[in-house]
Amino acid sequence: MSIDKIFDVDRVTLRFGGVVSLNDVTLHQQRGEILAIIGPNGAGKTSLFNSLTGVYQPQEGSVTFCAQPGESFDVIGKKAHRVAKAGVARTFQASRMFSALTTFENIKIGAESHRGIGAVGAMLRGPGTRRDERKSDGKTIELLRFVGLEGQANTISSSLSYGDRRRLEIARALATEPQVLLLDEPAAGTNPSEKLALADLIRKVRDVMGVSILLIEHDMKLVMSLAERLYVLNFGSVIAEGTPDEIRANEAVISAYLGTTAEDA
Amino acid sequence: MRSPVAATQIRRFLALLALMAVVELITGPPGSAEEPTIGITRSFSEPTSFFGLFVTPRFVLFFAFTVIIYLVASLWRSQSTSIVAIWNTTTAQPRAFTQRRAVRLSTRGGLLVIAIVLPLIVTDPFWQSSLVEQIAVYILLALGLNVVTGFAGLLDLGYVAFYAIGAYATAWVTGALPLAPPFGIHMDPFFAIPIAIVLAMVAGVILGAPTLRLRGDYLAIVTLGFGEIIALFANNLNTITGGATGTNEIPHFTFHVGPVNYRWGLGPVPYYYLALGFVVIFIVAFSLLEHSRVGRAWTAIREDEVAAESVGINPLKYKVMAFAIGAASAGFAGVMTAAQTNFVSPATFTLVFSINILVLVIFGGMGSIAGVILGAVLVQTFQMFIIHTPPAGFQPQDLYIYLGAILVAMMIFRPAGLLPSRRRRRELTMAEVGKSTAGEILIGEQS
Repeated sequence: MSIDKIFDVDRVTLRFGGVVSLNDVTLHQQRGEILAIIGPNGAGKTSLFNSLTGVYQPQEGSVTFCAQPGESFDVIGKKAHRVAKAGVARTFQASRMFSALTTFENIKIGAESHRGIGAVGAMLRGPGTRRDERKSDGKTIELLRFVGLEGQANTISSSLSYGDRRRLEIARALATEPQVLLLDEPAAGTNPSEKLALADLIRKVRDVMGVSILLIEHDMKLVMSLAERLYVLNFGSVIAEGTPDEIRANEAVISAYLGTTAEDA
Repeated sequence: MRSPVAATQIRRFLALLALMAVVELITGPPGSAEEPTIGITRSFSEPTSFFGLFVTPRFVLFFAFTVIIYLVASLWRSQSTSIVAIWNTTTAQPRAFTQRRAVRLSTRGGLLVIAIVLPLIVTDPFWQSSLVEQIAVYILLALGLNVVTGFAGLLDLGYVAFYAIGAYATAWVTGALPLAPPFGIHMDPFFAIPIAIVLAMVAGVILGAPTLRLRGDYLAIVTLGFGEIIALFANNLNTITGGATGTNEIPHFTFHVGPVNYRWGLGPVPYYYLALGFVVIFIVAFSLLEHSRVGRAWTAIREDEVAAESVGINPLKYKVMAFAIGAASAGFAGVMTAAQTNFVSPATFTLVFSINILVLVIFGGMGSIAGVILGAVLVQTFQMFIIHTPPAGFQPQDLYIYLGAILVAMMIFRPAGLLPSRRRRRELTMAEVGKSTAGEILIGEQS
């Protein structure tokens, strides 16, 4: 199989003082794949996400992002907003919305952020600026429909339900026209029916929009049904890799999740 | 049993009463060595005029103030929900802009007409010059600081520096400083306007680029230092700025284009119209900016910088931009003041000045252009009123005590300011927001 990697993480080590958060992590994601990262609390999943998006700067290793086949973008050393512009979008573990703004405005900020700054244009409000505005409005409405929030367009985002907040975050991330979408525990705080809808939405993002998905999730049922391949992190290291079925049967994974007795270890 | 609402109301009233008692005490007559307590007792019992109607002890007057403030505030609170509800239903329709826009435009047109005819109504020379020096200039400053503090959420305690740069740039360009003017030409202050604005903006970038990586309190301290540095430069660079005495040789504006010759003289009214013109320009520019993607990016950064970065917004760039744009109106205000009073001196550019501007912004409502203008008009008028014609029993030197009391009362009743911006108010009342108002999709929603 020819490998068209969208993310190539090579021997990444991330330390905070003496604490090793990621230890020699090597993994990759295929273009168009739904890839999941699982692991117990504190395993370094979110640190990995932050290293992939320029929030944290790992001390060792390299992270290469290929927006298009043949292109390559070195993530390490870049600021978060540059990584976002390169085509990596993300959501956060605890929803981070612009909570005083409406759903519409939240998504619109995503839709227009990758354009130039244009303060002068904004003050003059010329035809170019207006065209841009119309374009972002159109895109925003399209995304509202895509994630099913069209009825909540004027709702202040802080008064949305948890499930809708997750949708909003996904829509805002998609508005930046990414190649890969990183979802940090998208199902946290949602009820079972919202979880199902969310899984459908995530699949739809990949199938309809062609955006690769990298997912952190604790809900095993959701992960196993969604992901095509998984990596398991424990104490900052990759301990297993494989399809959902392989992971379910993996001894190391089971002991990481359930703990081991002294003679096992 | 008292309901929690009533308890809050009573607590607010008592807080206000205590505040008034403190103000009463501070502003009352002093005590003496023979009778140490007389300052306290007289503060409350000294006869004073009850709004010019009859003579009464001071405590009655202050109690009346307390009740008036409380009633006005409660009335506003009880009525505002219904007013806001009506307003929301009339303005929430997505494309019912025509009606709404007509209302808005006519309100604005009406206000502009009032502003234009104002010098004809206000004929007292003191108030005419106050209109320019104390109100128009402060509106310009408040508008600029509002971009920095209100839109981008950056606390700038050294904002006066940009005003100083504008004023000194005018003095430099017109040849009033020991430092030779550019190319040795003594220019008209009109040419100082673009130069001052550009210099202020450059100063904004120079200050902003290294310091805006800091957040919150740290940024406030650095900007505070910047304001002091500029004032110290002005004070001590004798061969450049003229030192502590400053300069009083700045000419008035003159206008000579073709057959049109006009000289702005000593009278304040022509300056008023010049300032009004620029106030309108800045209002239009800043409100377009607020409702553009730049304004939304500022809101995003203010609310959650990490999330803003995750959608590709470069926070540093936008913050520096806010600093530079906010500095522009201060630079122009500096030109206005310098050319009108013919005078600059470092003594003007103090920390208190910066704080005064911040008070206008906070009082009026951070992030709301209409709010900060209202704040500037009310607070500055109040200050001039106390300084110029203090009512019997009120001393001008107690000005900041009264102003402080008004601010504290504001924080009790309207923490987001008189006319808060919708976004800011939402941020402040986020915890209370529970109900959602499902609406239709706003196509082309701008605000």
